Amino acid sequence: MEDERTFSDICGGRLALQRRYYSPFCREFCLNCPRLSLRSLTAVTCTVWLAAYGLFTLWENSMILSAAISITLLGLLGYLHFVKIDQETLLIIDSLGIQMTSSYASGKESTTFIEMGKVKDVVINEAIYMQKVIYYLCILLKDPVEPHMISQVVPVFQVSTEHFPFSNEILYFSAYLLPLKFSRNVNIYCQSIGRYLTTNFSYFKSSPLR
Amino acid sequence: MGLVSRGAAAAGLGAASAVVRPGPPDAVPNPVPSPPPGGAARGSSRVPGMVLKAFFPTCCASADSGLLVGRWVPEQSSAVVLAVVHFPFIPIQVKELLAQVQQASRVGMAVLGTWCHRQQEPEESLGHFLEGLGTIFSHEPWLQLCRERGSKFWSCKAIHRQVSAAPDVPSEDQVMLIFYDQRKVLLSQLHPPTVVSDHQDGDTMASTGGLAVVFDTVARSEVLFCSDQYDEGPVRLSHWQSEGVEASVLVELAKRASGPVCLLLACLLSLISAASGCRLWKLWPLPFIRSKLSTCEQLRHRLDHLTLVFSTQKAQSPAQLMRKANMLVSVLLDVALGLMLLSWLHSSNRIGQLADALVPVADHVAEELQHLLQWLMGAPAGLKMNRALDQVLGRFFLYHIHLWISYIHLMSPFIERILWHVGLSACLGLTVALSILSDIIALLTFHIYCFYVYGARLYCLKIYGLSSLWRLFRGKKWNVLRQRVDSCSYNLDQLFIGTLLFTILVFLLPTTALYYLVFTLLRLLVVTVQGLIHLLVDLVNTLPLYSLGLRLCRPYRLAAGVKFRVLEHEVGRPLRLLMQINPLPYSRVVHTYRLPSCGCHPKHSWGSLCRKLFFGELIYPWRQGGDKQD
Repeated sequence: MEDERTFSDICGGRLALQRRYYSPFCREFCLNCPRLSLRSLTAVTCTVWLAAYGLFTLWENSMILSAAISITLLGLLGYLHFVKIDQETLLIIDSLGIQMTSSYASGKESTTFIEMGKVKDVVINEAIYMQKVIYYLCILLKDPVEPHMISQVVPVFQVSTEHFPFSNEILYFSAYLLPLKFSRNVNIYCQSIGRYLTTNFSYFKSSPLR
Repeated sequence: MGLVSRGAAAAGLGAASAVVRPGPPDAVPNPVPSPPPGGAARGSSRVPGMVLKAFFPTCCASADSGLLVGRWVPEQSSAVVLAVVHFPFIPIQVKELLAQVQQASRVGMAVLGTWCHRQQEPEESLGHFLEGLGTIFSHEPWLQLCRERGSKFWSCKAIHRQVSAAPDVPSEDQVMLIFYDQRKVLLSQLHPPTVVSDHQDGDTMASTGGLAVVFDTVARSEVLFCSDQYDEGPVRLSHWQSEGVEASVLVELAKRASGPVCLLLACLLSLISAASGCRLWKLWPLPFIRSKLSTCEQLRHRLDHLTLVFSTQKAQSPAQLMRKANMLVSVLLDVALGLMLLSWLHSSNRIGQLADALVPVADHVAEELQHLLQWLMGAPAGLKMNRALDQVLGRFFLYHIHLWISYIHLMSPFIERILWHVGLSACLGLTVALSILSDIIALLTFHIYCFYVYGARLYCLKIYGLSSLWRLFRGKKWNVLRQRVDSCSYNLDQLFIGTLLFTILVFLLPTTALYYLVFTLLRLLVVTVQGLIHLLVDLVNTLPLYSLGLRLCRPYRLAAGVKFRVLEHEVGRPLRLLMQINPLPYSRVVHTYRLPSCGCHPKHSWGSLCRKLFFGELIYPWRQGGDKQD
């Protein structure tokens, strides 16, 4: 079963969220990030080449032009391969773990799998971005040496956290993850936010947020 | 077909928890399958609420029907299938084999269930036969995996018999199939390595992460993979070796030959280290020279590496094995690069050209220094120096340069011979050649080092004098006992002389400071060049090339974790996942398997370096461990 919704992120780009339901204990959420815009690419390339041409007229050395071309090419390849994330996927498998995949524009995929045994809790964290407060979901990992300490806080969507749109989607995720045995901290958050949302958004009324 | 109905029944059980309500699409169904009515089973047969995970090797997916053999991990409710036992078999022999394997590998083996591959056989008779097997090999829960003809979807069931509420009706459980590549999981190592603790009765307890247990189980069960379905033994097994036993003639020959070769080389190396450790080398000034030359340090380092590589002891752990392999590859690369350098040097008389160029270069450097000193003795950068001090210092340094030039000219006939013999040492490795180059640079710029030391000492004395006289000027003094500044009343003549000396030192400060600055900059330049060479040597010494090559060619050997892919899914069928190995990123490979370096790194921070420069303290960038220098 698939489902798709579109949102707009904080910077104005379009985000598409797809939800796939494979089985009662396996779900996948795909977030498609905004693509590389032709406008910004053209702007950057023109700036670099104009600057290089300016230097060329100053110094009459053709190496500057070839250097500018190779810098642009290498920079673009590096950006596509290391920076530009195309799609992020979250796969949740009951009693096995949570897998987060980021696929870059050049085709590279980097996957992280967190076993259920290492997850201490799932919380909603707040961040202040310019003038607003945005909420994002993160996973707290147990410290291997001290079982009561937290060793790492892993945001669920790496790049898109700063673009993450609405708190209802977070609650959707958290409400799904909740029954997978984490209920302490998210309970407190969700009860307060959930109460607010159940009074205002009708489709949350039917799902009990434990 | 009976199996389809069974599959539907299994889906029916799960369907109760997978209700998709019509209406609001965001309704969240309860994803956890409700536990069976019996509640928690007694003992540790499974954890209630956890889905049963069956790890199935991909090589057995096309095997004939038979019994599933492997390990049951109750804490994670997962069954790791290691092999399939084919018909015909005698149950007693199967149990004996499993007991043998359990004793040899200390992993709890059991018959987990049945495997049915319905490509050729008629359907019904086998079904009943397989159900009967459940009573011979009792295992809780009993897995039944079945693959149908013409369909890529499987059906799996896990039957629990001993549920207290309804003892006659076996209850079924949700099963999730996870395929894994047995050969890759067998050969890979997880990073960071998790230690699975041993229990008293020989079975290993899975106290740490779940997937490490799977890796550990497969790795320890190598004994099980020795016999095959094509062997003549009593039990016919199917596992990853059924696709063809892997071996390489070269690897086997190398393994056989490595024993005597290691022994021979170990004896040779012990002779060399005994010779280098003998008493003759402890006569002064040899230890002093040895501590100064980086070549000796590098040679000793390489000797240590070779001793470790060719030691006759087997490696205790995979990390030690990787370290040995990395050292061997590093030494081989070093020697190869050194031989290339050697061939380049000795071709077309490069040594002669170098030797011819060396003396003029040294002359040129000395001339430039003389010009610099003449400039300092005049009015450098428009500053007005104290004439007398300027002349004294300038003449002193000029005389030194003159001495140095004479020594170089004295040595010039022998330089080519010396260089030729030193160039031969490149066959010991590129790192040795680079260390020799660094030492030659240090020797050739010895006069700059001397000037730096003179300038720094003078400046240091001046600064100390100034600070102490400044305190006197203000009426204070340094209390050595209490390590602080205290007020003190001086006599008039003390104050008078102190103030006079203070003014003299203050007015002589610019001259000394300028000389100090110039020579410190020169010294830092030489130190930078030497530092770059040492950095290169360090890179060749510590880069784990074998691990990087392994990561490039066999990425599954170095695993950072696993990743899952959901295979084609049909509603009502059990979920099928493919578990693949997530290889370690290159940066972590380098970080984990770096070889230990020489240890001659500058240990100052930038702040302490600036402080030392300001106060005129001498800087020793490569203090060898434990040395005391003046």
